[in-house]
Amino acid sequence: MEVSYDKESRKIVQAIERFARKHSLWVLAYGTGCGAIEVPPTMTSRYDAERFGIRGAATPRQADVLLITGYLSVKTLKRVIRTYEQMQDPKYVIGFGSCTINGGMYWDSYNTIKLLDMYIPVDVYINGCMPRPEAVISGFIELQKVIAEGKAEGARKYKENLDWYRANQQKIIHNWNMPDYNW
Amino acid sequence: MDSSTWLKILGYIITPITAFVVGVTYGGIVRVITARVQNRFGPPITQNFWDIIKLYSKKTAVHHGLMQHWGPVFAITASVTSLFFIPVLKDSPLWLNNSFNGDIIFLLYMMVFGSLGMALGAGQTGNPNSAIGVARGLALMVGYEVPFVLALVAIMIQFKTTSIAELMAVQDGFSNWLIFQSPFAFIAAILAFLGMMHYAPFDVTFAPAEIASGPASEFGGKYLALMQTSGSIFTFAKLVLFTDIFLGGAGDLVTLIVKTFLLYMIPVLTGIVNPRYRTEQAITFFWKWPTVFGIIAILIVVL
Repeated sequence: MEVSYDKESRKIVQAIERFARKHSLWVLAYGTGCGAIEVPPTMTSRYDAERFGIRGAATPRQADVLLITGYLSVKTLKRVIRTYEQMQDPKYVIGFGSCTINGGMYWDSYNTIKLLDMYIPVDVYINGCMPRPEAVISGFIELQKVIAEGKAEGARKYKENLDWYRANQQKIIHNWNMPDYNW
Repeated sequence: MDSSTWLKILGYIITPITAFVVGVTYGGIVRVITARVQNRFGPPITQNFWDIIKLYSKKTAVHHGLMQHWGPVFAITASVTSLFFIPVLKDSPLWLNNSFNGDIIFLLYMMVFGSLGMALGAGQTGNPNSAIGVARGLALMVGYEVPFVLALVAIMIQFKTTSIAELMAVQDGFSNWLIFQSPFAFIAAILAFLGMMHYAPFDVTFAPAEIASGPASEFGGKYLALMQTSGSIFTFAKLVLFTDIFLGGAGDLVTLIVKTFLLYMIPVLTGIVNPRYRTEQAITFFWKWPTVFGIIAILIVVL
């Protein structure tokens, strides 16, 4: 049975949902790159990201934001994809540091990926090598703006273009033995 | 139907809603207090409301089987049912007062039910962290239930009643509060209360840095939202139970808020300044001093 919503009431619900999503970002920090060292000062008393509702999540199932802190080797990319697929909709990805944009100082490495957006959809990039905690917080506020505008559609993009993303992933990961998730 | 029936039906609706609002607000205040102790500014007090609304508005929620569906439902059923049998206010026609003879014994069973439901639900997820968390939670429960039951048995013998409403009626006037009439039972019960609230040093069950939030580790989205809702209601229910039994209950909402908040600060402030016990240390703690105080309480009453 198709449920039809009154347009006006749907708008109000959507506004509340977006406000809640914007002000409650649970972060799963994937800290294998050098940028992981910038996350503790962002969270603790000096810069206190909890002011904006940003909080660490214990497991992928509870998280909203996947924070990729720096370079990803091919081996860790596989784990990132598994982690990303275990997260629940709506989910966002922040690429942290130059390495996620163009490879950064690893631009000619044989074993790291150069552009993260080819493998999982990224909503916000924070450039810098390394970005300071102020830059990290400004990146999160940029993500909040994107969420408020309703443009943070990474999860939908990933589902719709799954074949393209899978092809890219399988091109670089040779021993592909991943389970199929029903996320 | 006459007006008192309507009032009672209204009471069934507004009691859980009030419990939810108060419980979630207390959670927000606790986060602010924790932040201030750690020299941070902290989130707004309404932060926990946005967290729960966000979790309810998640579009997907993966589950691993029927029992995982039922786990959070069991938890929230147990929380709301426990709340229904705890008199919120003294002699009020609106607020629920389902007290009957033997409701203390009924509550002792009912308050365990939610944790057992969660244990079954978390068991089906197959996550090893969940299994460890469940084992720790049930072991901790074996620890703190002993002094808690000893304290309640002491009180039941002392006043020859098993009804919370009769205990509230005994405590007319400040000097007649059970905290003064049977102090040893209060000490045993409040030490057990520290374990019941799962704050440090007894936060072995959820320990996020150690076992990735334990039983909750495979629950995301709406399941986690249900668990947080149930936790908020259950926190309020436990606080009201302790206020009713030891602090003379409350005649109006403001008194209730003041008393429950002061009571809540005991586990919270203990938790902020303490590290975490290991599981066996926590259980040994409960079987040592609180149990001794509970036995002293019973001996004083019997002899």
